[in-house]
Amino acid sequence: MSIPKIPVGQLFEKIINWLTDNAEVFFDAISNSVTAILTGLEFVLLLPHPVLMIAIMAALAWWLASRNIAIFSAIGLFLIYNMGYWTQTMETLALVLAAVLISLALGIPMGIWAAKKDMAERIIRPVLDVMQTLPAFVYLIPAVLFFKLGPVPGVIATMIFSLPPVVRLTCLGIRQVPEEIREAAISFGSNPRQLLLKAELPVALPSIMAGVNQTIMLALSMVVISGMIGAGGLGNEVLKGITQLKIDLGFEAGISIVILAIYLDRVTQHLGQK
Amino acid sequence: MSVIEVRNLFKVFGNDPKRVFPLIEKGAKKDEILKKTGCAIGINNASFSIEKKEIFVLMGLSGSGKSTVIRCLNRLIRPTRGEILIDGQDIMKMNKEELLQVRRNTLSMVFQHFGLLPHRSIIKNVEYGLEVAGIPAEERRKKAQEALELVGLKGYENSMPNELSGGMQQRVGLARALANDPEVLLMDEAFSALDPLIRTQMQDELQELQARMHKTIVFITHDLDEALKLGDRIAIMKDGEIAQIGTPEEILTNPADDYVKRFVMNVDRSKVITASALMRKVDVITVPKDGPHVAVRLMEKKGLSSVFAVDGERRLAGMVTIDDAVKLERGKKKDLTPALTTDIYVTGPDTPIADLLGTAMTANYAIAIQDENGRLMGQLDRATILAEMYDDEEEAMTPLDEILENNEEAEMEREA
Repeated sequence: MSIPKIPVGQLFEKIINWLTDNAEVFFDAISNSVTAILTGLEFVLLLPHPVLMIAIMAALAWWLASRNIAIFSAIGLFLIYNMGYWTQTMETLALVLAAVLISLALGIPMGIWAAKKDMAERIIRPVLDVMQTLPAFVYLIPAVLFFKLGPVPGVIATMIFSLPPVVRLTCLGIRQVPEEIREAAISFGSNPRQLLLKAELPVALPSIMAGVNQTIMLALSMVVISGMIGAGGLGNEVLKGITQLKIDLGFEAGISIVILAIYLDRVTQHLGQK
Repeated sequence: MSVIEVRNLFKVFGNDPKRVFPLIEKGAKKDEILKKTGCAIGINNASFSIEKKEIFVLMGLSGSGKSTVIRCLNRLIRPTRGEILIDGQDIMKMNKEELLQVRRNTLSMVFQHFGLLPHRSIIKNVEYGLEVAGIPAEERRKKAQEALELVGLKGYENSMPNELSGGMQQRVGLARALANDPEVLLMDEAFSALDPLIRTQMQDELQELQARMHKTIVFITHDLDEALKLGDRIAIMKDGEIAQIGTPEEILTNPADDYVKRFVMNVDRSKVITASALMRKVDVITVPKDGPHVAVRLMEKKGLSSVFAVDGERRLAGMVTIDDAVKLERGKKKDLTPALTTDIYVTGPDTPIADLLGTAMTANYAIAIQDENGRLMGQLDRATILAEMYDDEEEAMTPLDEILENNEEAEMEREA
């Protein structure tokens, strides 16, 4: 006698089919908003001449990090421009920024909620565990089903993939606010909103910023993978390099990704201390 | 009138506080209740009242419930049962808005580890209470500035908390608490995290501030010396209960139970016990009304070798010895005044006996104690001072006989 196979796969298929059939308006609305954010960001990033943009990004690095990182940024970004990947790099950056913005908009409130309510943390924590252990590719399937191919499902998959760190570190940061600081804020007559905005969030800021940094780095790695579903940008070039065995193309695009990754990491690493 | 009145306060930590009360009524102990119900008792039926302008010290070892009590006063912790009246209003019955107002206007707290906001400058920290209360920026800056000057931190407005030493950070904590001019200061082990020298200095400064500002202060400490120094009255806590409430002298001279007795055993009594506690009533003669005859009669009757002489308003005029008085009596003189000696030392009733000891050892006569109007209150001789100071030292000594005897016994046992 054999135990019948539990239809896990079919079940998910049914749910997703039902959703695509019945919640089209909802997904269209999300799709339109993401497209709007994405085109806006791309437009802004590609508006100045690359050289000017490189100067702006280097200045930002100087202000937020250090002079050495600014010099590295200028050289690295110029190399990207020189190799002819400027447009793709900016597309990738736009994808990352769009995904990160949505991640933070959802993740920080979720983190605060999880910090304030034990019940919320008990629900959110295992969900985050699953999200972080699921292979990145798996996110692409429902994203494609709901949003078809292109940059929008790329942003959605990236957003979901990069959400956990900012939720976790926001929650951790707020929970780690010393009890005495919390008591001091309350004892001087703060209401719950003042407690959060004037005491807890500022004290938790370094931890939250570490979460933001992690979220950005995860987003960048996912954006490359989502090149597989036509998200465009550098991921697309890497994919071309693999599928067409163009070593030079793969390498150049890969180096561009590394430069962008280092830039984003170094610039956002010290946000909490500012 | 009492500023704070606490009646039958209970705090039970745990999931099911209701199960605990029947056990408390049966007289069960803290450990027993914890085992049976899983609930820990933080405060067990505490009642006390704090008068206007006094420094009320809550003292106890860690875990005695003193920090829980002070946190109930501004409801950082919600008591399980009981009444807490602040200016006659029960804060247990207040809604959120009323509670915010009390915290903003009436009570301020100073914390053991300062509780400063690390991302705010000193002046912004001091402003915090005023800021959340919605005071306009200009006005609160002015008040914060005044509070900073009060604690001697003028010029540090734009420093960050981590740039300041512990003592200075606690001054900021104090300034923050004073900025909104509260009626009551709650000080939770405010000086315990400071090193001893700074701590003493802060205690002195608090006393100075108190002399000027006349706040009502609730001060928590585990340090008996600090409690005795600062407290107008002291409540000693043990296992969530209040073991004794009294003035420092009452606690030292008349401990309510063995716990308090053990607590106060190691105190340097001579620094706390004052002249008025030990002084004896004196017999006096009044000059110029009483002559040598009266003086001699009095001394003979009481078995004295000398007696103080006072004027009609009981102000000390001098002292006469029996020899001098007898000489005058034999000479049939009516007036005592020529025989009065002024070779005596005078002090006030609040002088600690430690400060009197040196004088007492060399002085020929007893020390006279007079009140602030110069009226004679009593006298204190060196025998009394010595007896009081060495009250507890007896156990440190063993008679030689006893030691020799013990040695002999031990030897005999060894041989056997």
